[in-house]
Amino acid sequence: MYIVKRFITMLVTIWVIASLTFLIMKLIPGDPFASDADVLPEEVVENMRAKYNLDEPIPVQYILYLKNLAMLDLGPSIQSETRTVNDLLADGFPASATLGIQAIVVALIFGLLLGIIAALNHNRLLDYVSMVFAIVGISVPSFILAPLLINFFAVKWGLLPVASWGTFQHSVLPTLALAVTPLAVVARFMRSSMLEVMNQNYIKTADAKGLSSFKIVVSHGIRNAILPVVSFIGPLFVALITGTFVIEKIFAIPGIGKYFVDSIFNRDYPVIMGTTVFFSTILVVTLFLIDISYRFIDPRIKLTSKGD
Amino acid sequence: MVKVANDSLFRPLDPAKQQSDVIERPSLGIWKETFLSVIKNKLAVIGLVLLLSIIFLALFGPAMVPYSASEQSLTNTNQPPSSEHWFGTDDLGRDMWSRTWQGARVSLTIGFVAAFVDLLLGVIVGGVSGYMAGRGKLGDRVDNVLMRIVEILYGIPYLLVVILLMVVMEPGITTIIVALSITGWVGMARIIRGQILQLKSQEYVLAAEKLGTSHTKIITRHLLPNTLGIIIINLTFTIPTAIFAEAFLSFLGLGVQAPFASWGTMTNDALGVILSGQWWRLFFPAFMIAMTMFAFNAFGDGIQDALDPRARK
Repeated sequence: MYIVKRFITMLVTIWVIASLTFLIMKLIPGDPFASDADVLPEEVVENMRAKYNLDEPIPVQYILYLKNLAMLDLGPSIQSETRTVNDLLADGFPASATLGIQAIVVALIFGLLLGIIAALNHNRLLDYVSMVFAIVGISVPSFILAPLLINFFAVKWGLLPVASWGTFQHSVLPTLALAVTPLAVVARFMRSSMLEVMNQNYIKTADAKGLSSFKIVVSHGIRNAILPVVSFIGPLFVALITGTFVIEKIFAIPGIGKYFVDSIFNRDYPVIMGTTVFFSTILVVTLFLIDISYRFIDPRIKLTSKGD
Repeated sequence: MVKVANDSLFRPLDPAKQQSDVIERPSLGIWKETFLSVIKNKLAVIGLVLLLSIIFLALFGPAMVPYSASEQSLTNTNQPPSSEHWFGTDDLGRDMWSRTWQGARVSLTIGFVAAFVDLLLGVIVGGVSGYMAGRGKLGDRVDNVLMRIVEILYGIPYLLVVILLMVVMEPGITTIIVALSITGWVGMARIIRGQILQLKSQEYVLAAEKLGTSHTKIITRHLLPNTLGIIIINLTFTIPTAIFAEAFLSFLGLGVQAPFASWGTMTNDALGVILSGQWWRLFFPAFMIAMTMFAFNAFGDGIQDALDPRARK
């Protein structure tokens, strides 16, 4: 019952996001054919507008869009005349998702490790080293790190290939560039909540019982401390697997990150709507899964008064 | 009934022992205690001093040198740091010291406002949502509505919102701040909600609740102090994130426009030239961002340790 209810809520949420985006999109001045209008005869531009239903009143355009959306048809892209938005997303998503998932995995594994090591060495050298690393990690954003990585690993030392996509080697540097900042954040969150948890009485009990410190950290520490990291990773996961404009541009990765930005500047209405609906769908599903995962991490948590 | 104890059985206590149960140190209250504990923490004091120095230089730094931030000098381009130009000059001969501190004003304003909105909207929405979830039909509904609003704000493409704001308002730093404020707090709200959901199911909160402790007291005495560490960490990341979001907008031509500078645009502009050896173009703005981060982290760690009685020595 809870699942069914949440599913309906998800559809409503996506509909609200799509409608508001449609409204904002139409409020912004501009026209996808602004540059064509100067060089082409008026009749041609009129025909092109009619092809994409742009000659209809806005409420009619809205209804037409929702109708197509209900059949999962995101419409044609105005910019790339021969392809539909579904094609664009289907072609680019695998690259973006691969890169995003790799970056999240790297950030999680190394961030958690760094955070736990820092917490277990509270106010000692390793703690300070991890803090400095975290500060450097977030102060040097991906758009600065990426050219530096390319310069050293690809150009100077020739260790890894760039400016293409396809093999695992090509994905190493962009993954690193994307992972560093989230890694630093995960490490800081984990350090803080591990410090909190390791001071609890049940840890002392486990210690007094003679449990090994490894077992204490793994079975009592991490599980109780990981919740903030899980909350943080949700929205980030959505942002990363749907592509990042800057990194995909720098590394020439054929992902979908560019559509989120280019479509807005080109007023490519179907692509703006398509990317938004696609992003929101992944968003609401991910956040739902995160909510569910809270119950598995800490069974004491109750999400609703019915005990779900 | 037999009277077991009568007054004759009691003897007056030895006067020397009479004071033994008096609390020697006056109770200070949680906030005063925290303050004293923070100023005793060396790292926190270093962080605070550093932060105040950065703010001081942002206010008075440009006035310390005879060059303005936007004054070009084409005979003096790309100079490395010297006694004349402390941080060197850029490709248009503008003084980097002056630009760095003028940029600090823009970037710190954006960062601080973002942090403030995070604290205000993010913590309150997340806190209310987490606290209300599971409290009857109304509570569930509050949580549901707030979290759906968070999803909607995160789902609408924010570049579209920025452009709309630029149409409605004048382009400039205020518009950037408003645009970043609209969606900047949703991450904080999700994290705080998760924290509160976990904390309120802990035994000591259940105990307090069953003993009839008021909602306000549970929130201010149990939930808030235990969430503070996470709040502080998230705040320290909100600031650089906002600074770089502004840099991204500038990169797209929607941010701070030349000749104005911000740390974000300066690092962005430096990208093309660092590989040719002009390290100072990237180093100074990036270093200042790192210093601001360090100051916040150090200060935040101090507050966090100060608030946790178990971490006190």
